[in-house]
Amino acid sequence: MTYIPQRPPVQYKGLSLVIARLATWLGGIVIPLLLQLAWPVFIAAIVVIVAFVWVVGRFINPLLPWIVRDFIVVVGLLAFACIVAIIGIWGERKVAGRIQSRLGPMRTGVWHGWAQSLADGLKFVQKEDLIPREADGPLFRLAPYIALVPAFCAYLALPFGVGWVFRDADVSLLFVLAMLAIEVLGVIMGGWASNSKWSLYGAMREGCQLVSYEIPMGLSLLAAVAATGSVSLVQLGEAQSGGWFSWLIFRNPFLFFAFFTYYVASLASCKRSPFDLPEGESELVAGFHTEYSGFRFVMFFFAEYVAMFAVSALATIIFLGGWHSPVGGPSTPLWFLIKSTFLVWVQMWIRWTLPRIRIDQVMHACVKYLLPFTLLLFLGSSLWQLIDNPTHPVFEGFAHLLHYGLGVIGLLLLGLYFAGMVYGYWNRNRLVGQMARKHLPGA
Amino acid sequence: MKEIELHSQPDLLHDGEVPSDIRTEEIMLNMGPQHPSTHGVLRVVLQTDGELVLKATPYIGYLHRCAEKIAEKVTYRQFTPYTDRLDYLSAMNNNLGYALAVEKLGGIEVPPRADYLRVIFAELNRIASHLVAIGSYGLDMGAYTPLVYSFREREWIMDLFEAACGARLTCSYITIGGIREDVPEGWVQQCREFLDYFESKIADYNNLLSYNHIFVNRTANVGICPADLAVAYGLTGPCLRGSGVAWDLRKATPYCRYNEFDFDIPVGQGANGTLGDCWDRYFVRVLEMVQSVRIIRQALDKLTEGPVQTKVPRIMKLPAGVVYYEVENPRGQLGFHLVSDGGTSPYRLKIRGPSFCNLSVLPVLAPNCLLADIAALIGSIDVVMGEVDR
Repeated sequence: MTYIPQRPPVQYKGLSLVIARLATWLGGIVIPLLLQLAWPVFIAAIVVIVAFVWVVGRFINPLLPWIVRDFIVVVGLLAFACIVAIIGIWGERKVAGRIQSRLGPMRTGVWHGWAQSLADGLKFVQKEDLIPREADGPLFRLAPYIALVPAFCAYLALPFGVGWVFRDADVSLLFVLAMLAIEVLGVIMGGWASNSKWSLYGAMREGCQLVSYEIPMGLSLLAAVAATGSVSLVQLGEAQSGGWFSWLIFRNPFLFFAFFTYYVASLASCKRSPFDLPEGESELVAGFHTEYSGFRFVMFFFAEYVAMFAVSALATIIFLGGWHSPVGGPSTPLWFLIKSTFLVWVQMWIRWTLPRIRIDQVMHACVKYLLPFTLLLFLGSSLWQLIDNPTHPVFEGFAHLLHYGLGVIGLLLLGLYFAGMVYGYWNRNRLVGQMARKHLPGA
Repeated sequence: MKEIELHSQPDLLHDGEVPSDIRTEEIMLNMGPQHPSTHGVLRVVLQTDGELVLKATPYIGYLHRCAEKIAEKVTYRQFTPYTDRLDYLSAMNNNLGYALAVEKLGGIEVPPRADYLRVIFAELNRIASHLVAIGSYGLDMGAYTPLVYSFREREWIMDLFEAACGARLTCSYITIGGIREDVPEGWVQQCREFLDYFESKIADYNNLLSYNHIFVNRTANVGICPADLAVAYGLTGPCLRGSGVAWDLRKATPYCRYNEFDFDIPVGQGANGTLGDCWDRYFVRVLEMVQSVRIIRQALDKLTEGPVQTKVPRIMKLPAGVVYYEVENPRGQLGFHLVSDGGTSPYRLKIRGPSFCNLSVLPVLAPNCLLADIAALIGSIDVVMGEVDR
């Protein structure tokens, strides 16, 4: 009844052959082996990293001149940003596949298509570097750098933990926000320089959307800043060291909503669905990067994923306790990575569920609802500071109760999410449908 | 109701307070023939003022394949595969329309089992076609997932077609005098299983797309086509019924024993906005799939044993005469105007493509939409360019 065609074998040559062999070896032998030994490998990796950091910090670091040290750290951060983008792109495709009852990439690199992003990157490097004749050449070439470099620069001030930060500036929050805001310049530049009407539309949409949503985004963060009295990200993170209930999101009801307004505004500032109008495929072909190809396109693509992780990291540090464990125990960058990855995942989840909003609705949502609401939150959170004091008579009764009540609401939300996840996994055969089982091997 | 204000008072958007020393000009935007949301090779030239569309002119002809002229050179039976290519998403319905036109002119009787099977396959194809329409409409609105879900269900219908006739898209299964061959052993059971499975999935589409707040905001009150305008421009199918006109050829002039079945004609209610907006046209398709399931269930129950094909000669000659026959396709009324001079091939075959007539209303609805609404509008009219250009 069903006919499943056999795939013809792929012929690799030259460099592709080497890479295909390497990827197959890694994916087919090394990764399954590592998965078999997952726990020992995990523990060994932590031990090795801790030992490495200790040895470097104790013996090697004092010997190096500061410029070499900084260079090494910056290169490491750049590698981290690239890995975030590569895993993010692969993860997005896997998430999309699972949400749409298909598998996503499964072939490249044998183990769940893990090498798909690498293969795509390789393809893009090999592409012809095409610049339209009518385009504004210098601006066209410059735009991808303007988009990617600031997004990466934001990482320079992002603390991954206490001591795990390149520059612990007093105004690191402002620095990160400013860097993320510069990205729009690259997009507008690219859209303008392309000399294509679709690109121009995308760039103009990006401009008006980003500039509008910067305000509620900043105001939501300002509420948190007012609650702790610091704009240093390290100090903001350290102010939430007392476990689950000391996180800023549960500090007071206004901050609880401020987290969500920040998250919505950050979706808009990252051009993520449902605010992906600048590159709205069904309307503007590909928006501002319609004319870009090859590696210049990859830089725009990377910038998106790098910025996605950056805004999620910001939300984690400011609202979700940063690198602190929710249940006690050591505070490590691992917690920070787990929470940020979860927020990135929610961004992907939203993208593959919701339709796109129209441009007038985007602006209405910002100016009519989000902006007044965040102003109200900022005001309320500031007023709350007057009674947020253990010796204040009000705090003992009402505020204390509310404080824990918010924590319980947060727990319930998370519990609901995990319950849904378990339900979905348990009933995966029924939910995914007979067709997926019939046509997809391994589903 | 924001959209209503927007449509009735376009001056507020683009006159306003532009300083007189800034030179502004309208942009001529060429949408298509290669564009993700023009559903093939439709080209629309837009006159825009910023995001506001002032004028939209569709240009067609990029997929013209001389189907009508070819009909004059091939025999009656040889033309059946060409009808598959008209509206390639509903090949069975096209076959049916052509077969009925030829049978009416030739006075050919069709055995009852063939009639019921024709109904079953036509309705299955209607479901498949509406699934594509709904899924790609979600895609036009930026929701990627409904497309994959609807194609997952459509795949089963394609499997059913493949089991019956070996082809999935261009079936040529319904031929002159009946259907090509009987369905294989166990096919009816498979079909029933599909219907049970599919009925439960319609709720998923509604939850994911139809009642989605963003989707409703994007489509309700957009591209409003009142009933008189729809009738004046000759709209048919879901576009006409979305405007609240309960006109369906399966009820009005029943063919293929459609009068034996019990089903309703879903019409637009203006539930989320104004009657005849994009959401109504979209939702009529969802409701029609439910009715199709009802019809197929009844047809499967009525299915009797017997032959499925009247004997017709390979090279048949029809008596000289003229016939015009219309059937209700997923996209509207497909008409065949067949002129015979008594020879082995038609003297003239004029095809009335529903997409062609439905598309004609686009320039009327498009002015004072936003740019994103053009995608919503074209998607809700649901044109298939193979049928527009023929």
